[in-house]
Amino acid sequence: MISFYAAHSKLIDEIGINALLALSLSISLRAGSLALAQAAFMGIAGYVSALGAVRYGWNLAEAALAGALAAGAVAALLALPIGRLRGVFLAIATIGFGEIARIIEINLKVTGGAEGFSGIPNDANTLSIYGTLALVGTVLWLIGRTKFALAVAATREDENAARGVGINVSAVRMTTLVAGACVAGLAGALYAHANFFITPGDFGFPRMEQILVACVVGGVTSSIGAALGALLMTVLPELVRFLHDYREVSTGAILLGIILFAPGGIAGLWQRRT
Amino acid sequence: MLVQQLANGIFLGAVYALFAIGYTLIFGVLDILNLAHAAIFMLAAFIALSLAAAGLPLFAAIAIAIVAAGLLGILLDRVAFAPLRRRNAGPLVPLISSIGAAIIMQGIARGIWGPEEQRFAASALTTAEFHIGALTVGALDLIVLGIALAFMAALSYVVRSTALGRSIRAVASDRVAAAFLGVDLERTIALTFFIASALGGAAGILIGLQYNSVSIDMGSRIELKGLAIIILGGMGSVTGAVIGAFILGAVETLSVAFISSSYRDAIAFGVMFLILVFRPTGLLGKRALRAA
Repeated sequence: MISFYAAHSKLIDEIGINALLALSLSISLRAGSLALAQAAFMGIAGYVSALGAVRYGWNLAEAALAGALAAGAVAALLALPIGRLRGVFLAIATIGFGEIARIIEINLKVTGGAEGFSGIPNDANTLSIYGTLALVGTVLWLIGRTKFALAVAATREDENAARGVGINVSAVRMTTLVAGACVAGLAGALYAHANFFITPGDFGFPRMEQILVACVVGGVTSSIGAALGALLMTVLPELVRFLHDYREVSTGAILLGIILFAPGGIAGLWQRRT
Repeated sequence: MLVQQLANGIFLGAVYALFAIGYTLIFGVLDILNLAHAAIFMLAAFIALSLAAAGLPLFAAIAIAIVAAGLLGILLDRVAFAPLRRRNAGPLVPLISSIGAAIIMQGIARGIWGPEEQRFAASALTTAEFHIGALTVGALDLIVLGIALAFMAALSYVVRSTALGRSIRAVASDRVAAAFLGVDLERTIALTFFIASALGGAAGILIGLQYNSVSIDMGSRIELKGLAIIILGGMGSVTGAVIGAFILGAVETLSVAFISSSYRDAIAFGVMFLILVFRPTGLLGKRALRAA
């Protein structure tokens, strides 16, 4: 057991962080907003927490909190201009935002530019990652039992009807965006402190696609689903080593298969059985 | 200098335009943002490269690769989008489906051709240059521009003056009404995908030739820029995509000369973001598909 952990601790940590990221995306998706900026929020928080730890000696908790708050603040600012956008246009606007953030990161001297930022204290261990995951999961579960969760679901199902019964759709969408950004921020800070080196390329569109895939495969509106999706998609490349350069095909095939045959994801499949 | 940069901008813009047309055509007709378009762009370049390396004359290799790209587009529709149409999935589902297809295509390409950047045999490409006054223009650039313009003209003709073009416009305008009026939906959609993907593939081949570089990630580099272009031009408007592409090509080459190149890409996305916030229909909006 211990040796299994020792041999695979990096992978296990990666699964935890990817699960947090998938969870963060599922928050926005639950409100029906395809807001594809999680990778960017992850990056912003990653850099903020890294800078804080290296320059001001923050410990992990302080750095993570600062990162999450920074991400949340940026999300709140972002929500204002894009609040009216829906569907594909919202997706594209958030992708554009992500690219702008990445290019800024490449150009800022203080973040090390394209070569990245190194020397981050390696103080995020498996316990802190999974502890955060458990905490976030629990908070989401608790919120899931409140009226707010119903408002979120209503917004997703039929926005106009939701507005008709008095739900403040704009507020719901902004809240889910900011909340998702904060969780992504936590993941970003943990990521930075788990690898002592980050580059802007870590937080670009490929990362965003990765998060989206994990979320969709697991089931977009379920926390457990998001976590399971992250687990499967993180472990998958290791399982299909024998495919060598063809490895990606398995990722794409699973995503396509889920979309075509099981759109509710793994969580959806489970619900259908019971 | 300015004129030289403008000329470079036009060459770049022409290829961007070919790519963006395919992107916006599918969105205009089917309301699908096809993120696998860039994968076909990349695959076509590799196919052309391999055919040329196998000994085919360059023009034959290019022509076959373009047709192959078109067929790939039809296959893509059959596998990733048609089943979703049948079950009336929501508007964002095809987007995710296209991502799955794109990942599969990238995986296959990486398996077949490997992750390294590859080049056309030097003998296949002409390095002749022309000097017109202060301008230096490569023969290759002119050929690329010529092919791109020819394709755009052909598309314009098809959309404006053929029965297929009328069907495409009808489906873009109102799919259900078009079906009622006897338009063969699946055939029209398949042909739309053929055209869009063939154009995208042509763009990939031409860019691969122009910079003599073909690699797995060439698709991801242009994919997001393509988004900026079609937003600028107006999603669904072919003319808008062309205009947007030339504007972006000009801005990119000019900004490298006059502003720091590192923020160059940010300009495209910044403009795109502003347009989405203030004028989401872009320059020419969706209705303009009728006036290609």
